[in-house]
Amino acid sequence: MHPIVTKELTKKFGAFIATNAITFEVKEGEIFGFLGANGAGKTTAMRMLCGLLRPSSGEAKVAGFDVYTQADKVKQNIGYMSQRFSLYEDLKVKENIRFYGGIYGLSNSAIKEKTKQLLQKLQMEAEAEQLVSALPLGWKQKLAFSVAILHDPSIVFLDEPTGGVDPVTRRQFWDLIYEAAGRGVTVFVTTHYMDEAEYCDRISIMVDGRIQALDTPRQLKAQFQADSMDDVFLKLARGK
Amino acid sequence: METPIVVQDVHKSFGKVKALHDISFTVNEGELFGLIGPDGAGKSTLFRILTTLLLADKGQAAVNGLDVVKNYKAIRKIVGYMPGRFSLYQDLTVQENLDFFATIFNTTVAANYELIEEIYVQIAPFKDRPAGKLSGGMKQKLALCCALVHKPVVLFLDEPTTGVDPVSRKEFWEMLQRLRKKGIAILVSTPYMDEAMLCDRVALIQNGSLLEIDTPQHIISQYNKPMWAVRAKRMYPLIQDLRSFPETESCYAFGEYLHLTLKHGEAGLEKLQAYLQPKGHEEFSIHPIQAGIEDCFMELMKSEKV
Repeated sequence: MHPIVTKELTKKFGAFIATNAITFEVKEGEIFGFLGANGAGKTTAMRMLCGLLRPSSGEAKVAGFDVYTQADKVKQNIGYMSQRFSLYEDLKVKENIRFYGGIYGLSNSAIKEKTKQLLQKLQMEAEAEQLVSALPLGWKQKLAFSVAILHDPSIVFLDEPTGGVDPVTRRQFWDLIYEAAGRGVTVFVTTHYMDEAEYCDRISIMVDGRIQALDTPRQLKAQFQADSMDDVFLKLARGK
Repeated sequence: METPIVVQDVHKSFGKVKALHDISFTVNEGELFGLIGPDGAGKSTLFRILTTLLLADKGQAAVNGLDVVKNYKAIRKIVGYMPGRFSLYQDLTVQENLDFFATIFNTTVAANYELIEEIYVQIAPFKDRPAGKLSGGMKQKLALCCALVHKPVVLFLDEPTTGVDPVSRKEFWEMLQRLRKKGIAILVSTPYMDEAMLCDRVALIQNGSLLEIDTPQHIISQYNKPMWAVRAKRMYPLIQDLRSFPETESCYAFGEYLHLTLKHGEAGLEKLQAYLQPKGHEEFSIHPIQAGIEDCFMELMKSEKV
């Protein structure tokens, strides 16, 4: 079973078609890059897949659940992290982990165990009692990612997870993504860094509500006779 | 003509946090000067000091020959400033925002239309739309128009392309190149390393300190270690193998390749081949490359921490 399957998935806001009949599948353990210009319809599509927005028409199943009739099941079985909203700044590191563990219905003993593992893995044991607001941005992002997959979801959605961090931290973050994917977690990620697009197994590029290209980075570069994903993106999104 | 920006030994702390430490640099007439660094490096603090919105603890700064403390009022009239956060009136239309900022500076949109024309025509179809309803790229174009409407001598742009898609980013930089040709000095900050190459000179900033000030070309040419681009079908196992190789100095993902440096340079290459041989990576390839600006930044960051 594919973790994400959509068929002609569409969302209209009045006369405006934000997402126009998109059809695609994401495979298990795949790192799937979801690209597009600002306003191309990425966020709308992502919100439908996360069970936050009811589609106008078409079909979508995420983690095996229907986004129309089982939206709550979808939410329980996915992880979500965005650059804008992730952790509570005024809670301590440990409290954030506990909070999210509780939200996802983990037992107390499971939360305890997970907290220990997570802090160890991120080498943040010394910061467990610190407020999240006091952490450097890069640490926050790594913590936010780990918290987003605390409940072992089969799929995690990452909405521009690496904006603004330094080049080393950005790469450390991708190490975490690779590692999760290696354990079989499916990763659905949006980014404006075209070099990061190259780290994905497959990429889709949305233009004006439609998926205009979908393939491996290598194939896309060959198809568009481009040297880099940046070129592919410019050729597609500028419509030339 | 006065030097557009002169910064000398500027320090600024917030409590225990040293936001800026001993910053000095100059931006020359008609220069497009990039301030390149991650979030929290001190970029916005520097912008706020130079636009007279914040006082430095120590040091001096002048914009177009005017002191940022003594002549703050005069500076405000001659600079254009685009803050990092979208700061236009979201509930005013595109046209109303422009008129508002023109009026504040005692001028009209028509008076300096020639300067903003190229940018404005791109947002003109949306002139009756509230600014809050524009897409990210459009918002930035409007903000740039508003910063230019009074024909400033110096332009301060704090992360104008953050969160903006690659197409709009490219268009935005093309506009900056044209403005520079009109003689406007521009100080622009960005967390995107690739944009550094589009500047005349750049200052790399990290944790409140400048790591380097130079032309991007010169920074790259100073990187003197041999570097290789490596790839294989499955990249993550390759990264892990390369990082556990004792001769590896650094190994980072760069697009479809990994960038690798070795402790003993080319001398380590044979050992590397022997080490990787039994691991059986499919579609393995390795070739020497010239380091880019991002490699240089990462290298400088490392030496800073030691």
